[in-house]
Amino acid sequence: MTLVPYFLLGGLFGFVLVEAEVVSWFRIQEMFRFDAFHMYGIIGAAVVTAALSLLIIKRLAVRGSDGRPLGLAPKTLGTGIRYVAGGSLFGLGWALTGACPGPLVALVGAGVPVMAVAILSALAGTMTYWTLRPRLPH
Amino acid sequence: MSQLFTHPLHWYVAGPLIGLVVPALLLIGNKPFGISSNFTHICAAIAPDRVSFIGHEWKQRGGWNLVFLAGILVGAVAAWQLAPPRHLSLSPATVAALHRLGLTDFSGLAPREVFAWSSLLTFKGFASIVVGGFLVGFGTAYAGGCTSGHAIAGLADLQPASLLAVCGFFAGGLAATYVLLPLIFR
Repeated sequence: MTLVPYFLLGGLFGFVLVEAEVVSWFRIQEMFRFDAFHMYGIIGAAVVTAALSLLIIKRLAVRGSDGRPLGLAPKTLGTGIRYVAGGSLFGLGWALTGACPGPLVALVGAGVPVMAVAILSALAGTMTYWTLRPRLPH
Repeated sequence: MSQLFTHPLHWYVAGPLIGLVVPALLLIGNKPFGISSNFTHICAAIAPDRVSFIGHEWKQRGGWNLVFLAGILVGAVAAWQLAPPRHLSLSPATVAALHRLGLTDFSGLAPREVFAWSSLLTFKGFASIVVGGFLVGFGTAYAGGCTSGHAIAGLADLQPASLLAVCGFFAGGLAATYVLLPLIFR
């Protein structure tokens, strides 16, 4: 199995993130202040495009090379606490850094190299979660 | 080359391109779109405490995703070299609000007054970069996904867990924007 297609697809994704200014702290502020449609248009159009694609894939019952049907694994809902609590903590970080994980990486190559520190800090955050995991409600 | 692009790339071009990453990953190798799991893969690879990551075969599970992540960095470098969006045309309302928070430099992708090496140890720089980064890593691991996995792939797949997570993303984002930023920036 070659990894080249993943690299190329990631490259396209990173290119679009920068050119559409999705990686910009300022655009994230516009979004959270409800001052511009741009980010909502991008996320909305992305969700609709992905949803239609998933529908088509399901309709055609497309299978992978291993014979299993293509699709996303359902996420266990449970009490839902992990999604609300974890989601809110990520939301705080999203607005503070002005970036979600993909853009954090993109910004290192797009004129904001100090974001490398935010990535290291994010790794520390992830490590902390996995350490505390047994004691957190999920 | 810059004149080949009008910035920003229109939402109706960028949005569908981003959305198509979801089926593209499925067609290439039945992989789920989600960036933040890379943090867990990297932690599993370098963790001094491997106890928390027993059974996490990061190479098998995340090898493709780490390559995708490397692609993001290279794609971003290419965009920044070929056609960098240096001056954003921002909403006047946002500019006014950020002015009130004390920002004066609106050039570049992130405010230089905050996101610079020299600001790292100032209060606003530390809170935005170090604390903010930590929350991104902790929160996405706890929630099991970020904007890509939950807000795009999860919502498109009509998963209730993802809808809850996205509500959380916005609750946190609004709290940081309206409560934390005024405390941090002034």
